[in-house]
Amino acid sequence: MNPILLEAVLVCYAFLLLLVEAFNSRMPRRYFGWAAVVGTTVVFFMTFFVDSSKMNPEAGYYGFYAADTLAILFKRFILLVSVCVLIMAIEFAPVLVRYLPVEKPDAGSGEMYSLVLFACAGMMWMASAQNFVMIFVSVELVTITFYVMVAMMRGNRASLEAGIKFLILGAIATSLNVYGIAWIFGTLGTTELPEIGAILQSIDSSLFPSLLFGFGLIFAGISFKVAAFPFQFWVPDVYQGAPTPVTAFLSVGSKASAFVVLMRVLESMLSNSELSSKILFMLSLVAGVTILMGNLSAIPQTNFKRLLAYSSIAHAGYLLMGAASIVSGNSGPAIAYYLMAYLISNMLAFGVLLVVGKSTGSDELVHFNGLGKKSPWLATALTLAVLSLAGLPFTVGFFGKFFIFSSALQAQQFILVGIGILGIGCGFYYYLKVIRAMFWLPASKEQSISSPIEISKPYAVMLILLSISLIIFGVYPEPIFNLIP
Amino acid sequence: MSPLVFLILLLILTSIFCYLSPASARRTAFMGSALQLILFLSLLLIYLFRVEDGAEVFYGWKWELLPELGVVMGLGMDGFSAIMLLLATLVTFAAVWATPAPERSVGFYYGNLFLIAAGVVGAFASTDLLFFYLFHELALIPTFLMIGIWGTGDKHRVAWKVTIYLALASFVLLIGILGLYINLPEISRTFGMRELVDLANSGVLQTPDWVFVMLFLGFGALVSLFPFHTWAPGAYACAPSSVAMLHAGVLKKFGLYGLLRVVLPIFPHEMQEYGHVLLILILGNIFFVGYATMAQRRLDWMLGYSSVMHMGYIFLGIASAMVPFAGGGGSYYLNPLSLGGAGILMFAHGISIAILFALSGQLRRRTATLEFSELGGMGKTMPAFGLLMGMGTFASIGLPGFANFSGELLVFFGAFGSGGAQFLNFYQIATAIAVWGVVVSAIYGLRAYRWTCFGETPERWVGSNELVDLRGREKFAIWILVVFSLLVGFWPQGFLKLLIPALLAQ
Repeated sequence: MNPILLEAVLVCYAFLLLLVEAFNSRMPRRYFGWAAVVGTTVVFFMTFFVDSSKMNPEAGYYGFYAADTLAILFKRFILLVSVCVLIMAIEFAPVLVRYLPVEKPDAGSGEMYSLVLFACAGMMWMASAQNFVMIFVSVELVTITFYVMVAMMRGNRASLEAGIKFLILGAIATSLNVYGIAWIFGTLGTTELPEIGAILQSIDSSLFPSLLFGFGLIFAGISFKVAAFPFQFWVPDVYQGAPTPVTAFLSVGSKASAFVVLMRVLESMLSNSELSSKILFMLSLVAGVTILMGNLSAIPQTNFKRLLAYSSIAHAGYLLMGAASIVSGNSGPAIAYYLMAYLISNMLAFGVLLVVGKSTGSDELVHFNGLGKKSPWLATALTLAVLSLAGLPFTVGFFGKFFIFSSALQAQQFILVGIGILGIGCGFYYYLKVIRAMFWLPASKEQSISSPIEISKPYAVMLILLSISLIIFGVYPEPIFNLIP
Repeated sequence: MSPLVFLILLLILTSIFCYLSPASARRTAFMGSALQLILFLSLLLIYLFRVEDGAEVFYGWKWELLPELGVVMGLGMDGFSAIMLLLATLVTFAAVWATPAPERSVGFYYGNLFLIAAGVVGAFASTDLLFFYLFHELALIPTFLMIGIWGTGDKHRVAWKVTIYLALASFVLLIGILGLYINLPEISRTFGMRELVDLANSGVLQTPDWVFVMLFLGFGALVSLFPFHTWAPGAYACAPSSVAMLHAGVLKKFGLYGLLRVVLPIFPHEMQEYGHVLLILILGNIFFVGYATMAQRRLDWMLGYSSVMHMGYIFLGIASAMVPFAGGGGSYYLNPLSLGGAGILMFAHGISIAILFALSGQLRRRTATLEFSELGGMGKTMPAFGLLMGMGTFASIGLPGFANFSGELLVFFGAFGSGGAQFLNFYQIATAIAVWGVVVSAIYGLRAYRWTCFGETPERWVGSNELVDLRGREKFAIWILVVFSLLVGFWPQGFLKLLIPALLAQ
């Protein structure tokens, strides 16, 4: 099967859902959600029958679309994220509808599902993009879809504000990105990454300033997507204001696909060691500041969603630390593993946050007080999730940190490792704050009388599967590791 | 599959059962702790019959998790780990049998307690540095929860402090472990402790100095080496007594075990080079903390400080274990006296501090206070308590006949002789000063014993029916610990025969 079919099928299916949704007003909206889940799952299984030999793996499809093992791995990764996000969105629909000015009880929640599919297709294209034009187009597909999704709860001021912030800052990042691409094209005469790599091997050093300027602008665009310093300002407000499933999607899917792009661009530059050492130094600086920034700002947070936003900045820092250590030769697998671990643990954390927020009407940490008594299973799942985010052994997050730090040590990034240790110390504090709320502190009066939080069966299955895989891959990482090229 | 796997699984399963069915958790905990002790004692007997000396690794088992990267879960038992496992299972048993059940959330309490026990047993059963580390970390979060929920005094602040301190220390340690790992050539990547030592001896493993510093700081902070000791006294004073027993008695030996097993044989030159610094820190442990112990006016804080102080003697054994050959030439031999002394003292200290914490927990439940000024005359009202308290105190201050005495004596002899031929060298001076620590511990130990068990019973306890003596099961569990301490005290050769070959073999 031609790999290009994957995205094609997904996009056509999303259009179909959108059309049916527009002209059929009687069907309950959650059916569209389940239809989207089924479609995504089918595409996920299609990835196992892809035949990359249908296209030249070196040059790809007209030189802009690669279907190597890295791309396929990330496509699967993104599809899994999308399935989780769709299930979360179905659970979240009643809250979403509350903020929509509509007459019928569930009208207006159906578009969400097809939007998730469009964003998913965009991220899958990002994983394959080998050409700056392709990178730009797929990034824009993802970003514009997110503009809509972030502001989806249009009766809610926070959501609208988040949408505006995301729109303006996103537009700036886009323009920086385009400008950078223009500089690279102007200097080298091509936008194809493999060709750029070949040209850079024997380039005159008088061209370095313009190249550095161009790559710097492109990295600025990427660091907006991965939430790295100095383009992390939008993260806390947008994460807090957006609907919870969208936040989860932003924090995992968007970050992962941006890292594939980053790795591809970096790899093309490695052919010129003089240029790449300059750029890697810049990346190390960004990584160090991002780690400090994310971790230190997370410490005083009292809102769990905002805390997860800062923690997402911190994790971007650790991932960038891996990217800055690319000369060690094994930072690619380390980043892939870390992202996989981050997917499992962050999805679990957002999954529990969603149901607790839905039942209490707020994401404040105070509302997690006494959760250990009220709903011990949810509390256990959230405990596992935050421990994994903190990087504790016997959770999948540990091996993520383990691989990242060992590749950083191999690349002799000692200062960065020192900053990383500091960050992990802070991390223990704010992640354990969640555990403290659930187990140490007593619930407030009006909560202690409320009954255990009820969740639907499919949602519970998702949480259980995530929890189990979090522990299994924490003890036995080989299955994930074997998938990574 | 190795029977050690079953031992760890037994503890983890007990923990899960306790979490799942709180109603029968106490019964499950009694059963589980008794079963794990019986299982381990039978494994130990088989081991003693089957092996020549302690050097042999028995019950070996490997699970290749990531074979191409050398990430392997290796379990096994030699003489040294057998003794540490004996300590771990004994203290786990006593921590369940000799302490009262909590008033609320019984299932959660015992579930966490057994998770700590599983981490401890797993760590000492590992032959692989990575899993040694991983199992140790398993105890971190249960400790945090238990101090925070069931602790006493300033429990929340203390729980934060100990958790973040230990988490950071163990991350520093992890960087040290990774430092060993990445300095190996690709083909021989491993975390196996004996393999690493072999590779270092054969010159394949060449490590820069920072690896030693990271490993030493990491292990040192976990053992509360002066000046990284500030987390320990408060944590032990505020923790529920079962956690204090497991943590001070067994878990803290993790760092010493790592130093003896890994750091000492891989870095003999560095141990010599930094030996003088280490000796000064040790004297800080013995005297600075020793005087702080004397100043304590609460039994639990005094025990917490005393446990930090006694680490100094074990460190002295480790610091003096590498002796340069008289002829020079940069070669070293291992001093069996110091090694054996450190090993025996690790076991002895674990037993004695567990006895004392169990008793102080019992006392706190009856009197709701551990201020010396409000105690007294407990020997009259609770004779069994008084007798056992005496035994624990005597063991702790190193009275002849108890295990601590044999350990301390060996360490002092070893340390005095390990500085080379020169008269009054640095090691001899340090040892001569350190011996005075015994006096310090006799002062605070005996004084605490007098204040709690002798003298006038304070007004409020006269005629009160709250001061009931220990129950049969509690006495039984503590007596087992006392018996083992006496066994080692009277017959240290039996334990040295296991310990020294295991430590010299690497």
